[in-house]
Amino acid sequence: MRYLVFFIFLTAAWSAAAQTGLPPAPYANQQLADPAKEAAASELMEELRCLKCQSQSIADSNAPMAGDMRSQVRERIAAGETPEQIRNWLIDRYGNWVTYDPPVTPMTWPLWIAPIFMLIAAAWLARGRFRRKKDKS
Amino acid sequence: MRRWVLWLPLGLFALFFVAVAVGLMTPKDNIIESKMIGKPMPAFSLPAAIEQRPGLSSNDLVDGKPKLLNIFASWCVPCIAEAPQLLELQQAGAEIHAIASRDTPGDIANFLNRWGNPYSRIGSDATSSVQLELGSSGVPETFVINGKGIIVHQHIGDIRKENVPELLKMLKEAE
Repeated sequence: MRYLVFFIFLTAAWSAAAQTGLPPAPYANQQLADPAKEAAASELMEELRCLKCQSQSIADSNAPMAGDMRSQVRERIAAGETPEQIRNWLIDRYGNWVTYDPPVTPMTWPLWIAPIFMLIAAAWLARGRFRRKKDKS
Repeated sequence: MRRWVLWLPLGLFALFFVAVAVGLMTPKDNIIESKMIGKPMPAFSLPAAIEQRPGLSSNDLVDGKPKLLNIFASWCVPCIAEAPQLLELQQAGAEIHAIASRDTPGDIANFLNRWGNPYSRIGSDATSSVQLELGSSGVPETFVINGKGIIVHQHIGDIRKENVPELLKMLKEAE
């Protein structure tokens, strides 16, 4: 038993204490009481980029600042803001970079148009193939 | 089928290859600039971070005199590196306010005792809320704010020796 306690102690996460002496923000790791609001908040948190560990979403990251951002998202949703308002509030401060759901801009429209373009090109190629077969028969 | 069409896949592959090679060889850029430059300071009010200095609110930044707003933390190593430069700026007449990011009064007092205190006000931002308002993504960062409370410049990372004259010049221009 004593060993068990010792090992639990050894494996406990101490990393949270490494960077800052303060506890996480109130809603960093605590869900909202209303399940519908929590669902909206967590959906948005999956789509917001962590500022410290830039390839993670704030939902995935353990960085203290990601926790602060999660808390902001939950507090704002609880206060009645829509996810899009919160996303735009962050875009106003950090640019489109901060969202994993990039809006259509002159920089990003090829991304959105490319699949449609490829489908049209594929249909055109396929059409050529079918026609040739018919001609032979 | 025309001849050149045969070369099309190879051409496309070459294009793809060049795009990937350029992407791999370009050094990674992790710096996120705030989009708040040129905009007025968002409204905020922070409690005092240590007993010896008052807290900081956005009103303190709109009194007609340009200022530096430094975001620091006692747990931040580059903040130690920039401490002498901040003291130099203060001695040259710059007014420097500070936001202490996620920090405790005891740790801040120790940090300032050890590395010097160039700040006239220090607000404690325990949950990074003002940092998010400012579009700041880390410590240290320094904002230049003009007399009307408009953010005119953001310096990301520690202030080096060579940045001191630049910042003084910007403060002068912001009058």
